[in-house]
Amino acid sequence: MLPYLLISSLLFSSGLAAALLRRNAVMVLIGIELMLNAANLNFIVFWKYGPGPATLSPILFVLFSIAIAAAEAGVGLALILAIHRHRQTTNVDEMDSLRG
Amino acid sequence: MNFDLAILSLIIAAGSIGAILFRDLVHSVLSLAVTFFGLAGVYLRLGAEFIAFSQVIVYVGAVAILALFVVILTRKGERAAESRFSADRLLPLAVCSMLFVGLAAAAWSSSIKSRPELASATASMRQLGRELMSSYVVPLEVLGLLLTACMIGATILALNDDRESNPDEDKPHSSH
Repeated sequence: MLPYLLISSLLFSSGLAAALLRRNAVMVLIGIELMLNAANLNFIVFWKYGPGPATLSPILFVLFSIAIAAAEAGVGLALILAIHRHRQTTNVDEMDSLRG
Repeated sequence: MNFDLAILSLIIAAGSIGAILFRDLVHSVLSLAVTFFGLAGVYLRLGAEFIAFSQVIVYVGAVAILALFVVILTRKGERAAESRFSADRLLPLAVCSMLFVGLAAAAWSSSIKSRPELASATASMRQLGRELMSSYVVPLEVLGLLLTACMIGATILALNDDRESNPDEDKPHSSH
């Protein structure tokens, strides 16, 4: 199970790097999606290599997590569109005001 | 480490690092779609077929394409001369690489890495459907409500509110 854990730690770190390093708000959101995917992969790996009798809960948890991530991406991308319409920017460094 | 897993991890690593490094945002998002495909392959390899197919449908089919549309729609405000990275990049890079080294070292040194595969860990569609309709029916309904609320909220957020804006606001802000 070591390769899977290495894959998921690489996914999490690169997601964090995308969220922290890139200027564009879409890339920040995509970094968050990568981190969520790393968590999902860990759920499945620890389901397959778990200690006890296997249950279906991890699979269903990942299913709900995928659905919530999709909802989050939809609302986040709509927010980016709205901000772009008002401020003409998708640069997170320039989004420094709460007024519309 | 098997050959197929090595190829899948190579695809995932190249896709996720490409998503960070590509200058063009469209390339970044497509590279992300490649990462999601590789991840679906890993799920298939682990015996979670339904999750693998939902991963392809939801992430590759919906999230990546939606991100692609937003990138294309918001493109005109972008200035090409700007750097794609934030001004402060040394500290985040150090934090991320330290995090990766820490996580990898923790996985490497733990005793669970030699644990055998569970033979009972299988998830057929029939079992999943039964579970979803019996013990997990309330979360399923709540999730349906949440997705409906998100759909309405995203539509309202992305709606064009032309009524309130006066013609001055249509020009790009020249400050900054």
